[in-house]
This record gives sequence, structure tokens and C-alpha cells, in this order.
Amino acid sequence: MSEETITLNVTRFRPGQDSEPVLQSYTIPYRKDWVVLDALNHIKDWVDQTLSYRWSCRMGVCGSCGMMVNGEPKLTCSAFLREYYPNPVTVEPLVNFPVMRDLVVDMSDFMDKLKSVKPWLIREEEKPVSEGEYLQSPAQLGVYKQFSLCINCMLCYAACPVYGLEPDFIGPAALALAHRYNEDSRDQGKEQRREVIASNEGTWDCTFVGECSVVCPKHVDPAAAIQRLKVDNTKSWIKSLLLPKGGRA
Amino acid sequence: MRNIKNFEALWWGLFSAGGVVAAFLVPIHIILSGLGAPLGWLEDSPQVYQLWPVRLYLFVLIALPLFHCAHRIYHTLPEIGLKVISKPLAVLCYGGSLVGTLVTVWVVASL
Repeated sequence: MSEETITLNVTRFRPGQDSEPVLQSYTIPYRKDWVVLDALNHIKDWVDQTLSYRWSCRMGVCGSCGMMVNGEPKLTCSAFLREYYPNPVTVEPLVNFPVMRDLVVDMSDFMDKLKSVKPWLIREEEKPVSEGEYLQSPAQLGVYKQFSLCINCMLCYAACPVYGLEPDFIGPAALALAHRYNEDSRDQGKEQRREVIASNEGTWDCTFVGECSVVCPKHVDPAAAIQRLKVDNTKSWIKSLLLPKGGRA
Repeated sequence: MRNIKNFEALWWGLFSAGGVVAAFLVPIHIILSGLGAPLGWLEDSPQVYQLWPVRLYLFVLIALPLFHCAHRIYHTLPEIGLKVISKPLAVLCYGGSLVGTLVTVWVVASL
């Protein structure tokens, strides 16, 4: 019996060699327990060592191997070949990002945006270590836990049509993380994040398409986080109109 | 920080409230006034429209969805390539909903 095979059409872009990205076909053995990342590793190991792509954990935790699989943003370590077999699989770099080489995209815009929302615990004044840890109840953890599960895979940025049209948009993952820290009972940095969050490039550019939440492999639901931030912005805006000093002492 | 100048919160607030009205009240109202009254399930009396709570209800029912509509259209048009004229579009969309609101006030007050 002849061996079953599957064809992968993979984007190649070698700076200095290719003027624009082109698709290259590889026909490789088909294994029903392989994911797309296994197929790429097979190509890299046995067929074409020049292929470049990012990966690390191969178990949906590190967020490195996000690519467009048949036009959909997916973690290639979680996309089984059997979902596509016997049809060919097209693997392209995440859309909405500049391509550096083959399947590797430039993440620097995302990293800058992530930093702009200060995704860390901010305290007005740190208490001395001798006073112990900042305690949190399970209910307080439950308020933000879902939004803390983001692995920065950027699938939501590839899925977001607004980010595609408005490159200045802070975007789903960074806003979901901003919301995660705003809702953390140990955090006091909401006001420091407000300027970025309440700007047009922050929450207001979002038109609630919701694709970010559809493609999120960790079920973070960034669209819901952004909606909650919008409600919060609106409440704060009304307060700033009605109360002296915007309701803040 | 006082973000008093960012009117996006106002437009989104009205959009959001209008969305709730359009999703929950408008279908019920269509069933009641479009089917219930003509089919005789309920009695439609002109006196009802003299009551101020009814006038207020009609105002909310008509005016808020106008802002929902304006905001949705305004944010959709740049996506089909009309970003360059976004300022006149804002005037047209939000201005239209404001005019519509004034007309609604006039209509419900003169019922």
C-alpha cells in the first residue's frame, strides 16, 4: 500500500531573494495524529532546512506558533492535519503584521502596545515585605482570571478587521490585559491606564466585530473585556461631567 | 484625568442604550402595535397617547435607536473606504440623530 501524503502550501519570503511572499508546495507523509506544526517540523527536518517559523512548547501554552491555516488564525500546534486531509493545507504568516521571513512576523508593534497599557500590578505605595502578601479571595480572583489566561499569541490581532484598517488601534489582547489588571483587587493603576484605554485608539476604535473572541485559543474573550472597558469609560466620563474633580478626590 | 472632551463616551453610551431598546423594546412594540392592535388583541385608544408616561416611552423607543443607528453607520463607513470624509459623516450621522430626536420631541409633545 502506498503511503498517504498531504500537501502543504507554505508562504516563503526570503529578504534579499524574494521581492514578495510566494507559496511553496511540499508533499509530505500524512499522519492522522500530526498537527500542522508537526508537518512544518517534518519539512524543516527532512525536506527544506531553510524554512523559518516560530514555535516552542507545542502544547498551546507558549503562544509562539500562531499562523494562518487555510486563512484562519490558529495555533499550528493545535490544528490537526486530519481536519483538512485529504485537501491541501495553506500555511501563511499571521495577517496584519509585517513579515520578516517566511512564516515569521514582526511582533514589535504588539509589544509596544502591550507595554502602553501597563500590564502589571501598580500600587500607589508598596507595603513593606514584613507586612506580608496582598491577600485575595477566590471571588476576587474570579473577577479577572479569565482575562489573565492570554498567551500573547496575537491570533486576535490577525482576526481583528479594525486592527487591519487602523494600525494605531491598541487591539484585543492588550486591552484584555489592561482590563485584567484594572479588575485585580491588588491593583491601583486604573487611572494610569485610563489615558490609553479611553482614547480613540484604545477601546473606542473597537466596533465589536467579536472575531478576537472566536479565534482565541484560551477563551479569554477580549471582545467582552473591551465592552466592559467601554462601559467603565462611559461611567467615568459621566462622573467627570457631573462631579467636581471627576468624582475623584 | 478629566476626559470631558472625549465625546465618544457620550455617543457610545447613547449607542449602547439605543441597542438595548432596539433589541428588546422595538420587537415587542412591533408585535403589540403592528399585530396586537389591528387583530383586536388589545384595545388601541387615542387617549392612551395623552398620558405622559406613554409619551416618554415613545420618545425613548424612537430617539435612542436613532443614535444606535447613527453610531453603527458612522463606524461602518470608514471600513468601506470613506475614512477621508469621516468628519462630515460624523456631522451627518450624529446631526441626523439629533434632528430626529428634536422631531420626536415635537411629535410626542403634540400627540
